[in-house]
Amino acid sequence: MPNDGAAADAPAAPRPTPPAVPLSGHPALSRHVRMRFDRTRERHVLLGPESVIVLNSTGADILGLCDGHRSVSEVAAELRERYDRVVDDEVTAFLARLVSKRCVEIDDGP
Amino acid sequence: MDRDIGVDRPFGLLAELTYRCPLACAYCSNPLELAAYADEMSTAEWQRVFTEAAEMGVLQCHLSGGEPLLRRDLVDLARTAAELGMYTNLVTSAIGLSRRRAEGLKEAGLDHVQVSVQADEPARSDRIAGLPSFERKLEAAAIVKELGWPLTVNVVLHRQNIDRVAEIIALVEDLDADRVELANTQYYGWAWRNRAALLPSREQLAGAEEIVRAARERLRGRMEVVHVLPDYYSEYPKPCMGGWAARQLTVAPNGDALPCPAAQTLPLPRASVREDSMEKIWDESPMFTAFRGTDWMQDPCRSCDRRGLDFGGCRCQAFQLTGDPARADPVCRLSLDHPLVTNAVAAANEEQRPEHESLVRRPRRF
Repeated sequence: MPNDGAAADAPAAPRPTPPAVPLSGHPALSRHVRMRFDRTRERHVLLGPESVIVLNSTGADILGLCDGHRSVSEVAAELRERYDRVVDDEVTAFLARLVSKRCVEIDDGP
Repeated sequence: MDRDIGVDRPFGLLAELTYRCPLACAYCSNPLELAAYADEMSTAEWQRVFTEAAEMGVLQCHLSGGEPLLRRDLVDLARTAAELGMYTNLVTSAIGLSRRRAEGLKEAGLDHVQVSVQADEPARSDRIAGLPSFERKLEAAAIVKELGWPLTVNVVLHRQNIDRVAEIIALVEDLDADRVELANTQYYGWAWRNRAALLPSREQLAGAEEIVRAARERLRGRMEVVHVLPDYYSEYPKPCMGGWAARQLTVAPNGDALPCPAAQTLPLPRASVREDSMEKIWDESPMFTAFRGTDWMQDPCRSCDRRGLDFGGCRCQAFQLTGDPARADPVCRLSLDHPLVTNAVAAANEEQRPEHESLVRRPRRF
């Protein structure tokens, strides 16, 4: 639709700061977002309405663990088994950015 | 991102399947010479375009127009795009989105629907659209939600509806949309012809901005509110398309390949997917290489610290306003041509203007 799809090109108003992510929350990809491997770029990508996010391998690993069952701290703990150095802050900061882009939802329940 | 594949690959394809449309909006960005695009590509041609696009790394396919629902093969085209793994988006007026059609598109794998709404109430909306369409849009939006799609409502803002932005947001909330794009008109195609009647005043913009900011805060976590400000009121130009032929490409109904939907206005040789592969066009055609990167720039862009941020702004706007597509976008306050924009803004802020000036509508269907 002409003059409708060009939002990404024009000056946008400032965005609010990302929300805090509780370590006890249960993150999952939003219902409307898909993660897939892109052979052209050899990266995982997140695809949603009007957004493409190219992930690095750590980001893809984090999201691969975000199944709505594991808590944020459990995700970080599993990553520590794979990598030498993963701090909770890196995981929460990464998830907070994706929450603010509505790619990830966090269930605060137990 | 890996650089070993030469030029970066595009992320998105805007497939303008047809320029036919049941609406007659005066802000339409379709080309003025609509009849030149009547020779639309066949189903098989579009399917080849989608296949080539996916192979070269396109991840999102926007099915647009005109009104894409006027293509009788839309379900087949959506299925092809979805099967190729692209995130597939329908951009529609919703006229023609019956339940049966919607169910077919859902089954085909369409991911997301964007429905345009012209205003918050029937009389104004129908007047802007040039067709009694408001009620049908609401019904279609409800079907979109019922079938489980994410719903974006697109609203083009301009002088004749921007004062209703609070009521428009309330309507979008009622429709339970996941996203709303409140996008001020960009002046291409028919919108360019109607610029004087569409460009809002500074006061109108300031009022709308305050309302949208409050709504975004209130709706945070429930609805994404995208607000696109008119570049005529900006100090610096928009980073048009994320840089010329950097992230997106458009294919017009007749197979013309363009770096953006307005680029057919530029004095560059045509590139057509009917004659060349998408990859060759992207990598080699003058249409795509002419303004890629920063080598083409003149001053003030060439020596500007912002050249990597806004890429000199919009080439089509530079050409439209100055006759030279390589000049700085006149929106930029550093452009020598900036008075072309400030004069238009001054005219929009004159007092004693009629509330609804007459508009040159794009023809319906044709």
